[in-house]
Formats: sequence, structure tokens, C-alpha cells
Amino acid sequence: MTRQNVSIVLIVVLGALLLAVPALAAALGNPALVGLATRVLIYAIAAASLNLVLGYGGMVSFGHAAFLGVGGYVVGILFHHFRFSEPLFGVIAGSDQLLVVLPAAVLITGILAAGIGALALRTSGVQFIMITLAFAQMLYFFFIALKTYGGDDGLVIRRRSALFDLDMRDDRTFFYVVLGFAVTFFAIYATVIRSRFGLLLGAIRQNESRVAAVGIAPYRYKLAAFVISGMGAGLAGALLANYQRFVSPDMLHWTKSGELMMMVILGGAGTLFGPLFGAAALISLETYLTQWTERWMLILGPVLILIVLFMRGGIAGLIDQLLRRLK
Amino acid sequence: MSTLLEVRGLVKRFGGLVATDHLNLDVRSGEIHALIGPNGAGKTTVINQLFGDFAPDEGDITFDGASLLGLPTPARVQRGLGRTFQITRLLPDFTALEHLLLAVQAHQGHCFRFFRPARSDPRLLSPAREALARVDLADRADIKVSALSHGERKELELAIALALHPKLLLLDEPMAGLGASETEGMVRLLESLRGEVTMLLVEHDMDAVFALADRITVLVYGKAIASGTSDEIQANPEVKIAYLGEGDA
Repeated sequence: MTRQNVSIVLIVVLGALLLAVPALAAALGNPALVGLATRVLIYAIAAASLNLVLGYGGMVSFGHAAFLGVGGYVVGILFHHFRFSEPLFGVIAGSDQLLVVLPAAVLITGILAAGIGALALRTSGVQFIMITLAFAQMLYFFFIALKTYGGDDGLVIRRRSALFDLDMRDDRTFFYVVLGFAVTFFAIYATVIRSRFGLLLGAIRQNESRVAAVGIAPYRYKLAAFVISGMGAGLAGALLANYQRFVSPDMLHWTKSGELMMMVILGGAGTLFGPLFGAAALISLETYLTQWTERWMLILGPVLILIVLFMRGGIAGLIDQLLRRLK
Repeated sequence: MSTLLEVRGLVKRFGGLVATDHLNLDVRSGEIHALIGPNGAGKTTVINQLFGDFAPDEGDITFDGASLLGLPTPARVQRGLGRTFQITRLLPDFTALEHLLLAVQAHQGHCFRFFRPARSDPRLLSPAREALARVDLADRADIKVSALSHGERKELELAIALALHPKLLLLDEPMAGLGASETEGMVRLLESLRGEVTMLLVEHDMDAVFALADRITVLVYGKAIASGTSDEIQANPEVKIAYLGEGDA
């Protein structure tokens, strides 16, 4: 099969599978499957956002949990002020409307990413990894110290954000809402990757001096990618906070940044659907291995090492090869 | 003919080594100007200072009426400076055509385009394919750089530089490592560009230099010891001792 056909087959199969998740869960008598699939989709958005800078742009950000967490806190804090009817800083009214809190989360994480990126992108390589990590840890400790919003206990969101008249408490309804956001997000992400901007980003990853030699200063394009990436992770964080009806500093911890990175690498860095596969693999493994043993990392670790050593394109690369062999 | 590039009193020191020693150099509009000299004479160092890879310690570089000092590489490229590298700098995951798409979009100045697919955009594709055809790589468009031969990579670098429509092309050893027939092809190609684009050619292949160059500057230990036409340079006794004699021996 050609590359284009492979993509089409993948999209059709994935779409059908995802639409059928609630029915499948009912048929298998395993309602927890819906929640699992919801988490997979949310993390897929976050991992795909990271993939834009890490896989396509070659910027190894070790601080993307910051955007995930801040996106979540925007939802939590706005709900908090809505519930107690006291405006934030005395001016900004709280909200429990999904179509208000999600754009707010995306906007604020975008501004945050612009600030962090503007400084961090003055470096590259190991320094870039360390600076992004440092910013994320700073924010982690900031939220721990922020007693107004629960400090290290986190902040409970009593109700999921409202969207029209939908019953968001129903996990199946919420799953379809998340699926809608995920499909929209992946459509935009795929378009950006194929655009002129995406082509340039791929060139920047491979050799910045080549890019400079055609007359392009890479910095502002890297910054733009970093901002888009931060906004995507912020969207995922806002959805995650809604799903678990809870935000805490744990969402910003460096191990969360590591998990997002693992998803990208496991699924296939620099591939369109890699982050989705990586999120699905990591979350399923985590869920089922923890039922079996507390030391699930002991099994996941070697799996990850094997994949990095022997499957260069990650899971996406493997699926690509299998589908190409089919006539 | 007007002077396109004017280098005055250029000095570059690396520690105790003077790599460029009060160099004066004029490249006139439309000419092919060769910069020759024995190994270690500092030819690439000059090119690097012209292109903005590092700053000179003293002196001035005037290009097209304005000083280039302090400008980063991308700004110099936007003012009309193009370059090919001695050791090719290409993108291993990209096909030949993708390199040209990148160059064409850079030249058009439209890189903040997020929605229209780049690889099927006729406004990028047709100039990109034209540039590939110019260097005879049209049938290699979809081959990844890692699968191209050394000679094809050199041609691709030239195509990328040409797609930017430079006023002055800095060619850093375009024949290095090429076979006899490939060298002939490259000479023909550069000959076909004469008059269309001004060139500063750094090259070790003397037959190619004498076939192409309108004027030649000879560099020894960072100093220009002679400058003139092919005949003048070949007749210059100083050059013979410093360079040609040594090379023939």
C-alpha cells in the first residue's frame, strides 16, 4: 500500500474503533473501558502537542507537564470562583461553561508557553532540556505553595464543566465530547504538519545552519511551534481536570513530563498517530499492570528499552510496516 | 562594471594564527571571481566571514552598497548572498524536491502558513522543479538525500542556492571530490550561469578555475599576494613560487 492509503486505512479503522468504544464496553461488561479510552484520548492530545516540538521540531522539552497542569488549574480555579461567586482578582467572573474554560485554558497556556519558550529557545540541546524542566518545576512548587487553591492537596472540581444541555456526568457522553475535541485537534495538527510551517519545522530539526543558509532565522518559528504545542497541552490539561474532576500539583510534576515523553517515543516520534498509540499503550499497560503488581514500572521499563532499541519508528513505525506488507 | 562586493582590510585571528591578514578583495557585478591558494590559506575562513558564520576582528565588508558587518546569516541571504558548502549541508530525512520547496518558500518569504499543504502547492512546486531541472536532477526529485551520490548532493546544494536568486553566489569548492565527468558537468553548469549570477569561486581544480574565472585572487597565509586575469596570474612569478610550483611538484 502507498503511504496515503496507509493513512486512510488507519484513520478509518481508528475512527470506527473509537466510535464503538462505549458499545464495546457495554458488550464486554466492562464500563471502566470508557474512562480508559477517555484518558487515552486526552493524553494523546497532550503527547501529540509535545510531538510537534519534540518529534517534528527537534526541541526536547522536558517541561510539558507545566502546560498540562496550568490548563487543568485554569478550569479548577474558574470553577472555584464560579462556585463561591467571587470574581478572581475582583474582576474576572468564574465559569463552569466548557466553551469558556477551555478557550481560557488554551489562551493562558499559550501565553505561558510564549514566555517560557522565548527564554528557553535561546538555548538548545541539554540546556534546553534543563531550562524547560526548571520552569516546570518552578510552577510545580508555585502551585504547592498556592494555599488558596488547595496547595499540595489540590483542588476538587465538584461538577464537570457544562456544555449545552448535555449530561456531562455520564462518562459515555463525556467520552464523545472528548472524542470531538480530539478529532478536531488531530485534524488541525495534521494540517499544520503538512503546511509550509511544518516543512520548515522539519528542516529546523535536521540542520539549523541549512535553514539559516536559505535566509530563515529559525528562532521565531521554533517559538511559534512551542506556543502551539503549549496550547495543545493546555487543552489536554483542561479536559483532564474535567474528566477527573480534580487538579493537583502532581499534574505538573516532572514525572508527568517524562510520561508524555515516553508516550511520544513509544508511539513514534515525528509521526502523525504515534502519540495516540503511545498514549494508548502506556495508559493501558499502566492500568492493567497495576492491577497485577505495584511494581509495574519494572515491566514497562524493559518494554520501553526494547522498543527504543529495536523499533526506530515506535508503534507507528511498526503498524506502518505491517500495513505496507498487506496488498 | 560596478563593484558588487568590496572587502577592505579584513583581519581574522584564531589565537596566535592570523587566518585572514588585511585582505582586500573586489568582486565586480557579473564576473566569476576565483579565490585560490594552497591548503590552509584561509579561503573558507574568508567565505565564512562573508556569510556571517563568524565576525572579522577588523575591516569592512560592503555588499551591494551596504556594510554586512553585524548582520546574521539569514539577513545576509535576504540581501542576496547565496552559498554552497565545501562539506554539503543537507537535510538527511528530506528528498531533493523537499529541499527546493524549502528554498522556494524561504525566497517567497511565506513561512507562517499553517493550513495549505506545502508538498502539493503549485506555487512552490513549479519553481522547485525548475530549479532541480536546471542542475539536471529532475528525475531524482523524490530521492532522499541519503541515497544521492556525492556529485548529486553538490548539484542539489547549487540548485538550493540558485532557487534563492542570489546576487552573489559563494561557491566553496564545488568540484571537491567529484569525478572527471562530474567536474566537467559542474564547469558547464557554472559556465551556463555566467552573467546571470555573480560568483566568488573557491576551488582547487586549476583547470576548472582557469576555464571559468574572469579574475583570480591568490591567497597565501590569509594574505592576497596577487589579483588579476588568468594569464596575469599564470605569469606572476610570486604566485608560481608560492602556489603553482608547489602544487605541480
